[in-house]
Order: sequence, then C-alpha cells, then structure tokens
Amino acid sequence: MRGSGPESDIVISSRIRLARNLAEFPFIRRCASQDRKSIEKMVHDRLQAIPGFNTLYYLRVDELAHVDRQFLTERQLISREHAEAEGARSVAIDNDERLSVMINEEDHLRIQVMKSGLDLTSAWNQINEVDDQLESKLSYAFHERLGYLTACPTNVGTGMRVSVMLHLPALVITNQIEKVFRSLQKINLAVRGLYGEGSQAMGDFYQISNQITLGKSEEELIGQVSGVVPMIIEYERKARDFLITQNREDLHDKISRAYGILCTAQTISSEETMHLLSSVRMGVNLGLIDDLAISDINKLFVETQPAHLQKLRGNELDTAGRNIERALYLRRYLQDRGKEHRDERN
Amino acid sequence: MKCQQCEKPATFHITELTGEKPHELHLCEQCAQTYLSQNPSGGMPIQPSLAGMLHQQLKVTDTAKELAKLDEQACPICGITFYEFRNQGRLGCPHDYTCFGSELDPLIVNIHGDNIHAGKHPKHHRQTSQQQTQLIQLHNDMKVAIEKEDYERASQIRDEIRKIEEGQE
Ligand SMILES: [Zn+2]
Ligand SMILES: [Zn+2]
Repeated sequence: MRGSGPESDIVISSRIRLARNLAEFPFIRRCASQDRKSIEKMVHDRLQAIPGFNTLYYLRVDELAHVDRQFLTERQLISREHAEAEGARSVAIDNDERLSVMINEEDHLRIQVMKSGLDLTSAWNQINEVDDQLESKLSYAFHERLGYLTACPTNVGTGMRVSVMLHLPALVITNQIEKVFRSLQKINLAVRGLYGEGSQAMGDFYQISNQITLGKSEEELIGQVSGVVPMIIEYERKARDFLITQNREDLHDKISRAYGILCTAQTISSEETMHLLSSVRMGVNLGLIDDLAISDINKLFVETQPAHLQKLRGNELDTAGRNIERALYLRRYLQDRGKEHRDERN
Repeated sequence: MKCQQCEKPATFHITELTGEKPHELHLCEQCAQTYLSQNPSGGMPIQPSLAGMLHQQLKVTDTAKELAKLDEQACPICGITFYEFRNQGRLGCPHDYTCFGSELDPLIVNIHGDNIHAGKHPKHHRQTSQQQTQLIQLHNDMKVAIEKEDYERASQIRDEIRKIEEGQE
C-alpha cells in the first residue's frame, strides 16, 4: 500500500470483498473439471464485454508457476487458497491493483477492492458499481429471503467481508491489545493476526472484519467496522504518547537499533524483518526517524516477501538464499533512501 | 498451509494473546474446535466452527437414528449428502439452502443472529429460487445430451435456459 489515505499512520488498508455465485452451476466443490472450465471461460468472456473491464490483466492462476502465484498472494490480489487450489481458475486485476476478481475460488466469484488508509466508503462505491456491472451480464444465485447464496453459510446474505488492516505496535508493547480485541468480539467483529513466511508472526498488524453477513445492509456492516476504527486509532495514539512521554530514551533506542539492524544485516529472516520494520514504522510516525517515509516502509514490507525476492533476483532461492537476498535488498534500499533524504536536507 | 496437528489444510488461524507475546496457531476446523474447547477462557475466542455448531444443534434436536437418516439425505440437484456438508462445511449448490432448509435455517440464525437478508438485491435479477434450481438442472441435462451427442435435445435445452435467463415464461 502506498502509505497514503486517511489515518495511514495506523490504518494500512481498507478492503471489501463480495462473494457471488452463478445461478446455473453447482458451487465449486461440486463442479466437475469441465464445469470449472465453462465457468472460467464464461465469466472471462462476459467480463471482457463490460466497458472498462477489457483493460483488466487477466491471469489463469492454474497455468502460473508456483512463484508467480505466491507473488500474487503476497500482493493480496489472490487468496492463499486460490493460489494453492486445483483446476481451472483465474484472476482479473486492474491497472493500479486495487480491484481484483477471483474466478473459481471457494465461490464462483470473489470480487475485491482495496484502498490505502481508512477509506471504506470509496471502496464500497467502487465494488458496488463493479458488482452491478457484472450482474448485468451474469445470473447470480440469489434467494428472496436469504440474499446472495454462497458455498459456506457463514457468507450468505450480503456475501460481504469488510476488513481494515491496522498497525498497532504501541498497544502490543503496552499489553493492551487483548483488551481491545475482547471488546471488539463483543460487538461481532473478528480480529486476526497476520502471518509471514510459514507460520511466523508478521509484527504488529491486525485485521478487523465483520463476522456476520446476513440481516444487516452493506452500509450497516461497513458502519460497524468503520465506527470502531477511530476508537482503536485513538487508543493506539494514546499508547504511543504514553510510551514517548514515559520512556522516550528506551523507545528511541529500540527503534534506532531496529533501523540499524535493517541497514547492516547480512542475512535476515522474514519474521525478523517484519518485526524490525514494525518498530521503524512507528519510529517514522513518531518523528524519531526522519530519513524515511511511511510509503518506504510499506513498500519494504511487500517487497521483502519470499516470492518478491525471487522475482527480483530472477531465480529460485531456498530459505538461506532468500535471507541473504533480503538483507542485501534492505541494505541497498535503506542506504539509497537515507542518502536521498540527507541530500534533500543539504 | 497444513494444520499443525494433522495433515488437513489449515483453515483456522488463531492468534493467542494470553502469553508474553502473541503466538500463532494454524489448525484445521476439527483441530481448532478441539483446541478451543480445551481453552475455554484462555486465548482469543474466534468464530466458532461451523461443524461444531451444527453438531451441537443436531445433538439437541435429533436422536442418533434420526441423525443417521438425515446424514443420508441428498440434494437432488448436486448430489451432496447432508453428511458431506456436515463434514466439509461447504454446500454443493444453491438449491441446498432449500432442500436442507430445516437444518440450515437454525444454523444460519446461530451464525448471523438473523435469517432475513437486508442488503442489496441484484438489479437485473428476474428468477425465483425455483427457476434458478431449474437452471442448474437444465445445465446438467444439457451436459448429458452433449455427452450422448444428442445435439437436437441440447439445443432445445439451451433455448429453455436462455428463456429463463432472459426472464421470459
Ligand atoms: Zn487438523
Ligand atoms: Zn445441491
């Protein structure tokens, strides 16, 4: 994400996805491979017939190399399940990578719009429009009482999942994160930690999303998520204030050391990188590091992931090779960026 | 990603926040259910498992014999049995919401606290659920006709499909 958009010091991104199924086919699990091919082709053809949709990048996920599928997952354009599934399936992606339409994921269609910062309203306006356009060319499975029918009853109704990704390092350091989560669960919101390579924790990133999809309108569900986000932002800011007034030296030290390791390491794991970048990100927000921008850090989070490093290098790398490549990439990037900033100041 | 406890794909990603630092768990639905039932107060409560919810719901409403009978029930359109749904947590086709309705409805209320859609409706939507079921059926018939190389029948079916899709009779 670009590190722009409202509240982007704490809110990384806003995302909405809609699950839709075609009326004339069984759900994916019960589709013969021939059916999957027909669905893939039919949706592809009809997508291309919509004005503005013929410029989408269209990728057959099942025909891509493993590293390319992983690359799309790292950019959050397809789900991990979509990357790893079998049979005909694809994804359509727009130019600025904000819209993606997965075909033959768990549902026939999974439409997703992602925005930088806290921006659920514009995400909803865009996805609603895309959904209307698709629906003018396709017959959706729709039930008079239950709404949009989905393969899993947890998605039925609106088929909508609204999520906001938050960076909450100060709430983690001050041990208040659990308290926040417990109160979120009481109002039917789900919280999820994020993961890097394998099962390693990805620092202090948390995703908040609606749990229910039926019985409330799309606007109400969006309102539920967007209503609590400002409160969490407020808690995080207070926790940061507390840390900086109570313990400025320790905090500054922790952040500077993290930055130092990123600038000098010769080999570094994905987990450690995420962890250190999280500290540096907070340091930039608090003005303790001034030769980097939030957009730099967000870029590094994405580009130090395994498939990105391998694409950059142009060949496959094992874990050890990736750790060396990651350290090299970080050193070069941070040196160049730091130098640019110093030049700008002089 | 595989479940940490068994070979099945991990569908539950749990962040434990009780210890000194967050601790991640990747589990399949069944192992997640076991894990969560062993940790009633500890950890972060997540969305309860679908299979677990159904299991509970069925236990209170049905005897073992009735349950076995229910498990054998199959959707006439896609062929999925209730047992398969119970195990996989995924339905086979849109018609399942109707044919397993009496079991699914309480489950849906359990998950969402409601069973009446309040959101948007497709603007071009012209078919009833019944017509949609008919569409899947016709699609299956057409596949059979093509396999048998009965192209005349296949084109008749195609016309019927088109009629329904275009919202005529
Ligand atoms: Zn398992
Ligand atoms: Zn069915």
